Amino acid sequence: MSETGLPGNLRVRPNLADLMGLLAIMAGAAVIATAGRHMLVPIPASETGTIHLSPAWLPAYAVRTTLRMFAALAASLVFTFTYAVWAAKSRRAAQVLIPLLDILQSVPILGFLTFTVVFFLGLFPGRMMGAELAAIFTIFTSQAWNMAFAMYQALRTVPPDLEEAARCFGLTPWQRFWRLEVPFAIPSLVWNTMISMSGGWFMVVYSETITVGSTDIALPGIGSYVGVAIEQRNIGAIFYAIIAMLAVITIYDQLLFRPLVAWSARFSTDDGATVAAPDPWVLTLLRRTHLLRQFCLRLGDTMTRIGWLAIGPRPSQPVRAIIPSRLMDGAWGMALAVCALTIGWKTWTYGSSHYSVAQVLHVVMLGGITLLRVMGTVIVASLVWVPLGIWLGLSPRRARHAQMAAQFMAAFPANLFFPLVVIGIVHWHLNSNIWLTPLMLLGTQWYILFNIVAGASSYPGDLLEAARNFHVRGWLWWRRIMLPGIMPYFITGALTASGGAWNAAIATEVASWGDTTLSAQGLGAYIAHATVAGATDRVGLGMAIMAGFVLLLNRVLWRPLANYAARHYTFD
Amino acid sequence: MMQPNTAAPTTAKTGTELVRIVNCRQAYHKESATDLVVLDGVNLSIRSGEIVGLLGRSGSGKSTLLRIIAGLLPPTSGEVIWKGRKLEGPADGISMVFQSFALFPWLTVQKNVELGLEAQGVAPAEREKLAEDAIHLIGLGGYENAYPKELSGGMRQRVGLARALVVRPDLLLMDEPFSALDVLTAENLRTDLVELWAEKKLPIQSILLVTHNIEEAVLMCDRILIFSSNPGRVAYELQVPFEHPRNREDMAFRQFVDRIYALMTRRAPVVSEADMADPEMRHVQITADAVALPALPINTIVGMMETLAADPLHGRADLPLLASRLQLELDDLFPLGESLQLLGFAELEDGDILLTPEGLRFVQSEHDTRKTILRASMLHNLPMVRTIRAVLDERPNHRASAERFRDELEDSMSPDYARQTLQTLIGWARYAELFDFDEEADQLFLEDETE
Repeated sequence: MSETGLPGNLRVRPNLADLMGLLAIMAGAAVIATAGRHMLVPIPASETGTIHLSPAWLPAYAVRTTLRMFAALAASLVFTFTYAVWAAKSRRAAQVLIPLLDILQSVPILGFLTFTVVFFLGLFPGRMMGAELAAIFTIFTSQAWNMAFAMYQALRTVPPDLEEAARCFGLTPWQRFWRLEVPFAIPSLVWNTMISMSGGWFMVVYSETITVGSTDIALPGIGSYVGVAIEQRNIGAIFYAIIAMLAVITIYDQLLFRPLVAWSARFSTDDGATVAAPDPWVLTLLRRTHLLRQFCLRLGDTMTRIGWLAIGPRPSQPVRAIIPSRLMDGAWGMALAVCALTIGWKTWTYGSSHYSVAQVLHVVMLGGITLLRVMGTVIVASLVWVPLGIWLGLSPRRARHAQMAAQFMAAFPANLFFPLVVIGIVHWHLNSNIWLTPLMLLGTQWYILFNIVAGASSYPGDLLEAARNFHVRGWLWWRRIMLPGIMPYFITGALTASGGAWNAAIATEVASWGDTTLSAQGLGAYIAHATVAGATDRVGLGMAIMAGFVLLLNRVLWRPLANYAARHYTFD
Repeated sequence: MMQPNTAAPTTAKTGTELVRIVNCRQAYHKESATDLVVLDGVNLSIRSGEIVGLLGRSGSGKSTLLRIIAGLLPPTSGEVIWKGRKLEGPADGISMVFQSFALFPWLTVQKNVELGLEAQGVAPAEREKLAEDAIHLIGLGGYENAYPKELSGGMRQRVGLARALVVRPDLLLMDEPFSALDVLTAENLRTDLVELWAEKKLPIQSILLVTHNIEEAVLMCDRILIFSSNPGRVAYELQVPFEHPRNREDMAFRQFVDRIYALMTRRAPVVSEADMADPEMRHVQITADAVALPALPINTIVGMMETLAADPLHGRADLPLLASRLQLELDDLFPLGESLQLLGFAELEDGDILLTPEGLRFVQSEHDTRKTILRASMLHNLPMVRTIRAVLDERPNHRASAERFRDELEDSMSPDYARQTLQTLIGWARYAELFDFDEEADQLFLEDETE
């Protein structure tokens, strides 16, 4: 124990923990500075030549990849704190922003690359910065929507009694936002950020090797390292990359997310019914340090002070609307209708001049094939993970370990494993239409397991006892007792997994090993080929159709199912 | 179709033996050296034709015993003889009614009731008829197609009862079946159940009822087993001499209830009956280091003392009367009384509670003096408080990890109780300004007087 300081003594002496902390911070700063400098250099003449397959380069690549990740995370946070807040605060804005977010969420992220690369390269001609920004934007699109939704939901569900208390104390909107609404949103925001990061790792690996039409850039990073390894048929390098990624994810999990989740638990509004997990070691270390702890406390104080700034009117001051709100509503509705009509008309004229009916039908058919593939993998994965997840979840000890493993596996970018499968397909001359399919769910199947384990471990013990007391066994047990009980969890898991699978379709329906390229029939392959060819109109069509499929599936299948399950299969 | 049982309910000794528990012991393995013993040396038997009550405080292991009898939980040692055979696994012919009802929310009333028959492989048509009969018997006719969430608590427990009865068990186990219901509903259900039993309309041979409500036990049971805690065992066995229906206001009834209160308050906290018989053991208990404390905020204790000191009571009260007056159940009242006794503010004797002079002085004092009195009392009566204070005084920074004291408490109680006990101690110590607690760092500390 480092309890050597005198009580009440304000002079703080640095201790050993401080030294370790400071060293870590300095090392981190140096790494970030070096990596940052590289971003501003011009694009080198031979792009792929700059990626070295020697494992000695991997740590540096890993740092670059991680930095991109965090840059995107920062951007997502900014987006969350503006877009979602605006949508929550303004009823009229929400009418546009929320459906838009819903659509954005279902658009395949990888498809964005075509448009963003061209845009960002144009913004910084001849500099790596443009390509970097394009990659970061891709990651951003995989994180932001989900986080913004979480924030919006939290802001809309602030308990009314807390809201009233805030009004009673005369908090200004600014104060109320920082003192009440943000703290209330933190648990769900942290949780969704964690989920987003998992998706982000997948995208960061994919987005580093950007091939759009004639532009072919490899940003130094783990993703491009794997890309080059595939090109040169180097299995060893792929294993190195997997190990490096394991290290990165372990470090990021331990240093960032464990402490963050532990910290966010204190903002939880339910009354400590959940048993407090032991503090992660990083948090404990931070508490033991003297200087760093003081620094953090000061930082916290400053933040608190900013939160207390009296910006905006007090609730006691009457806000008088200049224009009657009915009139504003009407005008707003008109404006929306005009905008919608214009956009509809533009889309129609563009669509009818660029695409034939046969072409659209063909793409829809391809979408149908990919749909079959997505549903097929979800069903197969469910058959495997549901029984296993229940077995794991019914024992608290097994459940804890399984949860952690599933969380970790979900964060691991599955695309690093793709080459291994592709090698197998090439080697045994397998049908790529069938064997490329499992790749879609490689990364997202863990959500099924994760949710099933959560469902089984929260299954009420007395109901299980009642079932045993009445000798309910075998198929009857599954049908009457277990499956209904975990249904809401299963639907959440399957929904997340299938959403991820659509996204992954673009990355998995086309795969290569050296100069052998495997391709499956489907909408993902269609978009991937169009991207490589730089055919913006075909990419646009493919994306629109895919987004349509995802939206339709959510509306017709998942949402009604989730509602039904929420009504019938929940414990009071 | 329900077949009435033939045994006479009140003449208990005549029935055949259904279940016998022989020397049952249930212990949970702990990481530290000693195991936590929940049940020890439990012997009992249940015959056909009787309602047996298992009366005890929560945490005395009576629900655990119920699960052992049902075959849901194997005992650590000892055995359960069910109809002459050693029981292994969930028993045939034993049905359970749960405190939480344990109805499947996705099944209708009908389907919930049919569940046990379905598991037995009864044909659908017969299943339906039997379930309907049971639903009607228990007074839920017309609700067959409702889902449990549409029903009130009392109705839900009726479904639980019908579900247990429909398989025609020999023994019905009821785990605090009325404690999740409000007073009126519980009374209504109790009366109905006793009536059906007395009219021999229930297709069962006997009932084992676990409860912590003394009046409920006297009202319903033919025989009452009083359970002691830590470890749980049968301390007393009483035959209830009344015919059904029983009248709560009857003088003899009231005296019987008083007698049970007296029996249950006759011992020091957490001392089991077996220990009581041995004067040396009793001595050990008094000097023992740690006593598990209930989660009792100090205001409840103060409130209780003020009530006791105030007008109609004047420092002495009959526990059953006090319980009904304050609407407290056994589970609330006893911990409260025992805590007062532990602090030297009150005495429990013969089912009465009376304030000590110290307790009276506390009530009559101003806020600051109360703090001083409580401080002195805690230091004098609670060894753990003395230890904590000594450690904190000794340390140069007057801080110490709470974990260490929790570990120490765990030598004599389960981790959950240790956590709760320390939390209660902290609550009282804060009121008495003895020491304070830093939750973030999980440390106990002394308020710095010089600051």
